[in-house]
Amino acid sequence: MKYVDEYRDREKAQTLTRAIASLVASIPLAIDRPLKVMEVCGGHTHSIFRYGIEGILPKEIELVHGPGCPVCVLPRGRIDDCIAIASRPNVILTTFGDAIRVPGSTKSLLGAKADGADVRMVYSPSDALGLARRFPDREVVFFGIGFETTMPSTALTILAAEAEGIRNFSVFCNHITIVPTIKAILDSPDLQLDGFLGPGHVAMVVGTAPFAFVADHYKRPMVVAGFEPLDVLQSLWMVLSQIKEGRADIENQYARIAPDGGNGPALRAVAAVYELREFFEWRGLGSIDHSGVRLRDAYARFDAERKFAIPNVTIADPLSCQCGEVLKGVIKPWQCKVFGAGCTPEVPLGALMVSSEGACAAYYQYGGLNRTKRQASA
Amino acid sequence: MTSTSMHQAIVTGAEPIAARRLGRVHVKAVTLAHGGGGKAMKDLIDDVFVSAFDNAALAPLEDQARLDLAALARRGDRLAFTTDSFVVDPLFFPGGDIGKLAVCGTINDLAVGGAIPLYLSCAAILEEGVPLELLRRVARSMAETAREAGVEIVTGDTKVVQRGACDKLFLTTTGIGVIPRGIHLSIADARPGDVVLVNGVLGDHGAAILAARGDLLLDSLIESDCAALHGLVRNLLAAAPGTRTLRDATRGGIATVLNEIADAAGVDIEIDDEATPLRREVRGFCEILGLDPLYLANEGKIVAVVPQTEARAALEALRAHPLGRDAVVIGEVRAGHGRVTMRTFTGGTRIVDMLVGEQLPRIC
Repeated sequence: MKYVDEYRDREKAQTLTRAIASLVASIPLAIDRPLKVMEVCGGHTHSIFRYGIEGILPKEIELVHGPGCPVCVLPRGRIDDCIAIASRPNVILTTFGDAIRVPGSTKSLLGAKADGADVRMVYSPSDALGLARRFPDREVVFFGIGFETTMPSTALTILAAEAEGIRNFSVFCNHITIVPTIKAILDSPDLQLDGFLGPGHVAMVVGTAPFAFVADHYKRPMVVAGFEPLDVLQSLWMVLSQIKEGRADIENQYARIAPDGGNGPALRAVAAVYELREFFEWRGLGSIDHSGVRLRDAYARFDAERKFAIPNVTIADPLSCQCGEVLKGVIKPWQCKVFGAGCTPEVPLGALMVSSEGACAAYYQYGGLNRTKRQASA
Repeated sequence: MTSTSMHQAIVTGAEPIAARRLGRVHVKAVTLAHGGGGKAMKDLIDDVFVSAFDNAALAPLEDQARLDLAALARRGDRLAFTTDSFVVDPLFFPGGDIGKLAVCGTINDLAVGGAIPLYLSCAAILEEGVPLELLRRVARSMAETAREAGVEIVTGDTKVVQRGACDKLFLTTTGIGVIPRGIHLSIADARPGDVVLVNGVLGDHGAAILAARGDLLLDSLIESDCAALHGLVRNLLAAAPGTRTLRDATRGGIATVLNEIADAAGVDIEIDDEATPLRREVRGFCEILGLDPLYLANEGKIVAVVPQTEARAALEALRAHPLGRDAVVIGEVRAGHGRVTMRTFTGGTRIVDMLVGEQLPRIC
C-alpha cells in the first residue's frame, strides 16, 4: 500500500535496528542508568507497542511514554462537566471515539449514554456540524479535545458555523497545547530524560520553532518524528546521534508532513478562534499555566461552557493513582501501585489505562504483564 | 406487544405446501395488528415467511417441527444445537443482509463443530412500521441462502413491538445439525507445534458494516464476506481428519478467537503480522480510522488449528474450495499459558489481547 508499506519495510527496520545498536555501543555511558528518550505523542506510544519496537532496542535505551495522549490527560472534572452537558434533555453530545470511555468521577460518556444521554461518536467536528444542520431543533455540542493537531479542525468548524449562521452548534473546548507541558516536564526536579521524539502531528500545524527551547534552554535533543515504525526507529537513531555528538538540536525527521514553518491557514484559524487560558488542569500533572485554550469572546455563542451552566468542579485524581509519575517518566506503568490490580482497561482508574494510546493500556494490552485471563462468553 | 407462534413444520410425512392457500398482506407496513394473533398475523406469516421458505417440509401449522430421529441418526452420532441473534445495522449492506447473515451465522456455528447443518428455526421481532417489502426481501434472502446451503427453515415465530422498542428487524436463528461419527473438534485441543490457518482475507465484514453505516463519509467497495462455510469445513476435515479446532472468527475478529483457543487449550499462539491476509481496501480503511483489523468481525472466515503433519493437506483442501482460495498459515501453537502474540515486521513481538469493549478509533 502506497505511503504505508514504504515505512514498514523489514530490511530497513533491521538496518536501522543494527545502526541503533552500534550507535548505542559507541556512546560512553557516564551515568548508571539507561538512556531515557521520551516519545511525547500517544501516537508514537501506540506505534512502539503495536510493532514491538521496545523489544528490539538495546537494553541501554529506555523509552519513556510522554503526556501526548490528549484523552489520557483529561481530568475527571472535565469529563463530569461534559456528562452534565450531555445529560441535558435537548443536547446531542458528539465526541471522538477514544474519549467515550474515559472515566469521570462516577461514570464515563458511555455510561451517560446508557443512562439515556444522546452521545454520538464522530470522526471530525464537521460531522458534528452536519448533525446540527440535520437536527435544527437540538443543541449539538462537540467535545473538543486534542492538542494543536485537532485544534484547527475545531476552529474551522466554528468559523463555518458562524458563516452559515448555525445557532444550535457549540464546542465544549478542552483543547490543550503541548509546549508548556513539555516545559513543565523539563522543569520537574525528578526529571531523567536524555532526549525527545517530538510530536509530529503537532509540528504539522505549529512547525518546529516552538520547540527550540528544548534544545536552547534545556540542552536536550529533540527529533520531530513521524508515526510509522520506521519513522520511530530513524528518529531514535537521530536522537542518539545527537547524544553521541554532544549536540542538542531540534531536527525534523517528519518533514514530509510537518514543514518547519507549520501550516499557515491552520495557525490563522487557531489564532482567530482561541485564546490561551490562564491555566488548565492536566490529569496526573496538575495545573499547568497557559496550557489550554478557550474560545475568544467573539465566538462566545459557540462556547458550550458559556451556553450551558456546567458544574465546573475540580476533582482530584484518586490518591492511589500514579499517572503523573508515569507521564513524567519517573516510573514505568507496571511500577504503579494499582496497575493491573485496581486499574485495568475494563475498569480504568487513571486515564492512561483508557485510550489505546495511554502508556498503561498499551503496556497492559501489548506488554502482557499481569495479564488477566478472561473466559470469553460463548 | 403480542405473541404467538409463526409457522411450524413436520419434516416427516408433510403435505406439500401448495395444499394450503397462503394469506397475503395488502398494506405497505407492519402494524401492531400483525402481532395480534389473528388473521392479520397469519397473513403476514404466510405472505412473508411461509411463501419464501417454501420447502417440502413446511406444512400445516403445528406448534413445532418434528424431525425423524432415525434419519438423523444415520448421518452421525451426536446432535449439534446452536442459536444466534442478529441485530445488524444497516439491514442491507454490500455483500449481504440480515437474512443471509442469520442463516450463514448459525450454519457456521454448527459447521465449526464438524456438524452437517440440517434445520433452522427463525424468530423475527418486527418494529411497528417496518415496510412489508423489506421483510419480503429479507425472507427471500434467507430462503435463497438456506436453499444454496442445503438446510431447511422448519419453524419460527414472529413478534411485533411498538415503534422504538426494537430497530426495524431483529432475527434469531437456531440450528440443528448432526456430527458424523469420529469427528471431535474442541477449542481445548490445540497443542504445541500445531499450525493455525485462516481461509482468506480478514476483516471484510466489519469494515463493510462500518462503511455502510455511512457516518464515516468514506466511500468503500468493501463487501462483507458473509458465507456458509460447512462445505469448506467438510473438505477440510476430509483432507485433515486430525484437525483439532475450528472457530468462525465473527465478533471480535481473529484476535478474540485466537485468545479463546489459547486460553482454553492452555497454550500460546504466535501469529505473523506479514502472513496475516488483508484486503488492500481493508488495510487502508483501518489505517485511516485507527482500527486494528485483527479485531474486525468476519462472517465467512474460520480459524483452523491442525497438526503440523496435516498442515499442507489442510491448506490445499481449503484453497481448493471457492471460499478458501486465499487460505494461509498465519501462525503456530507453542507451549505456554494462554497468550497470543504477533511477530511484527520489525522483528519485535507484541501481545494480541482480548478487546475490552468495542474498538475505539484513535484521534491522533
